[in-house]
Amino acid sequence: MDYNWDWGVFFRETTFEPGEIYLDWFIYGLGWTIAIALVGWAIALLLGSLLGVLRTVPNRWLSGIATVYVEIFRNVPLLVQLFIWYFLIPDLLPEPLQQWYKLDLSPAASAYLSVVICLGLFTAARVCELVRTGIQALPKGQSSTALALGFRLPQIYRQVLLPQAFRIIIPPLTSEFLNIFKNSSVASLIGLMELLAQTRQTAEFTANLFEAFILTTLIYFSLNMSLMLLMRYVEKKVAVPGLIAMGGK
Amino acid sequence: MDFSPIPNELPAMWEGMQLTLKMTVLGVLGGVLFGTLLALLRLSHNRLLAGIATGYVNIFRSIPLLLVIIWFYLAVPFVLRWITGADTPVGAFASCLTAFIMFEAAFFCEIVRAGIQSIPRGQVSAAQALGMSYGQSMRLVILPQAFRKMTPLLLQQSIILFQDTSLVYSVGLMDFLNTARSRGDNIGQPHEFLIFAGLVYFLISFAASRLVKHLQKRLAV
Amino acid sequence: MISIDKVSKWYGDFQVLTDCTTQVQKGEVVVVCGPSGSGKSTLIKCINALEPFQKGDIAVDGVSLANPKTDLPKLRARVGMVFQHFELFPHLSIIDNLTIAPVKVLGRDKTEAVAKGHQLLERVGLKDHASKHPGQLSGGQQQRVAIARALAMDPIVMLFDEPTSALDPEMVNEVLDVMVQLAQEGMTMMCVTHEMGFARKVASRVIFMDQGKIIEDCAKESFFGDTTARSERAQQFLAKILQH
Repeated sequence: MDYNWDWGVFFRETTFEPGEIYLDWFIYGLGWTIAIALVGWAIALLLGSLLGVLRTVPNRWLSGIATVYVEIFRNVPLLVQLFIWYFLIPDLLPEPLQQWYKLDLSPAASAYLSVVICLGLFTAARVCELVRTGIQALPKGQSSTALALGFRLPQIYRQVLLPQAFRIIIPPLTSEFLNIFKNSSVASLIGLMELLAQTRQTAEFTANLFEAFILTTLIYFSLNMSLMLLMRYVEKKVAVPGLIAMGGK
Repeated sequence: MDFSPIPNELPAMWEGMQLTLKMTVLGVLGGVLFGTLLALLRLSHNRLLAGIATGYVNIFRSIPLLLVIIWFYLAVPFVLRWITGADTPVGAFASCLTAFIMFEAAFFCEIVRAGIQSIPRGQVSAAQALGMSYGQSMRLVILPQAFRKMTPLLLQQSIILFQDTSLVYSVGLMDFLNTARSRGDNIGQPHEFLIFAGLVYFLISFAASRLVKHLQKRLAV
Repeated sequence: MISIDKVSKWYGDFQVLTDCTTQVQKGEVVVVCGPSGSGKSTLIKCINALEPFQKGDIAVDGVSLANPKTDLPKLRARVGMVFQHFELFPHLSIIDNLTIAPVKVLGRDKTEAVAKGHQLLERVGLKDHASKHPGQLSGGQQQRVAIARALAMDPIVMLFDEPTSALDPEMVNEVLDVMVQLAQEGMTMMCVTHEMGFARKVASRVIFMDQGKIIEDCAKESFFGDTTARSERAQQFLAKILQH
């Protein structure tokens, strides 16, 4: 069981297709990872903001619904949620949809659909809590003032509360954004060939386990760093003059 | 939906749950221990040590836990051979536990570091004025206060770890989720067993986070 | 203009307002004073329905607040209000603070609103600060912007809720000057304030509140003139406040 280090492994041809090198696998994998994370994030941001607003509206029913959502999606492991979306929910769909999901879609497409919905809804619960804390961190006078000016509730959220709340929560929102990239790796457990699955496959085909995992670690690390820089840029871009730390009381 | 076969399978699932709980408790203990060490290194005046600890934390915080689990599972046989020079069989449990400890340590480190930094500097001065060494002032004065402050956060992170132990499914370890799944498959009722597993995870996590919130309020007074 | 009729309000079991009755006529400046916790801020917030009340009624320009069919946002858009802590919108520039409500609530044309905003800023002496953000202004400047923001809605009446009590002493006067000017121009105003100098200068009437009740409600001349005719509580209060 001797180990032969060989960093050239990434440029060797794969045993599957002529002309395809192992590095290509990583690139395809990264493509899937990004595709899952970005679409999942779009769902999470939209739904999470909506839920976050609902948690703060002066209506018991609406805020109750949002609270129940958050508790459920935060207290069930991600993997269980993924299995539910991938194995269970399709069986509960009406016949034509089930047909479409199981037969018309390619295996990769149906796995992708499940994992994107799963991660989107899972992350929405976290985004919801951030939006809620952001809104609640604002001085109460802000909404009274907006009311006194004659704004209606939806306008108060859109014009006054959300623009401020989102600025406050950019840092924790960034780490949620990074989390969805990391969490997308669970897709490998339902057979979607994203980055981690490609890494595992490379390790198994080439016996160059360490090189493969080190490369993937570096890819995640640089992805993390570049997204962090991007978000820092965004934060600077939307910063309000005269306010160094908003809501930082 | 037919949940009637579940009672018969409870003993087997309890076995799985024991593994889950064991993994969680050992992972938290090891993670806090290693994480505290990392935090002390990060705060130390030795630039090299602080740099290494910072690099470690940054790397582990930017990669998926699942990657660490799978990597360690595949790598342990090699590493042990390098160290011991002979084939030493260790199971998936040991490799997973190592993965959890090393991964969670990065997160615990940040909690502990914030906890230590929240203690006023005057406390260190006071301890040193009493003639305590750096180690003594940390052990006797700073850490006890810091841990008290960060207990809620440490517990919250532990609940996350409890949920994340289900990822050992990826290396075939029979934890609670995996046991429930395989039993359900055997009996031909995977959906019911999956729902049951989700419900159990939910109840435990929900109850635990309520407790933590309660504790947080009491500690805040 | 404003008619308050036997208004009572409770927080749970605790009664904060008891049978408050008074009127404000068009062009009047009414100053409301009283010790802290007397319910004066609560009363003024009831007038534009920022605080609900359980008994009685308030009518603003003939529109009843107790009537559940009343369109509250529409009514509030006609009543200007200035708060103790300014409450400018920190994420918007000064000029945007002045135009957002006219444009979004009243549906006015943006360029018109901006022109009017600049006019109002000039009036409160801040025309050079239009493109700054609230965080870059002093407290007194922020409160003047807040007054301009309320005026941008062309209110029929202005409510002031302790507009100077969060300010450093040296900034109080710049705000009071704007308020005096406004009063002299004939604006209908209701001000919760401890600034008795302001009351002496421009108030038509003074209301004194204590423990949720209106104890005194009389013309300025009699309030400050013959203090022996005032209630004991009002005398104590005046004695304390006039020492300063």
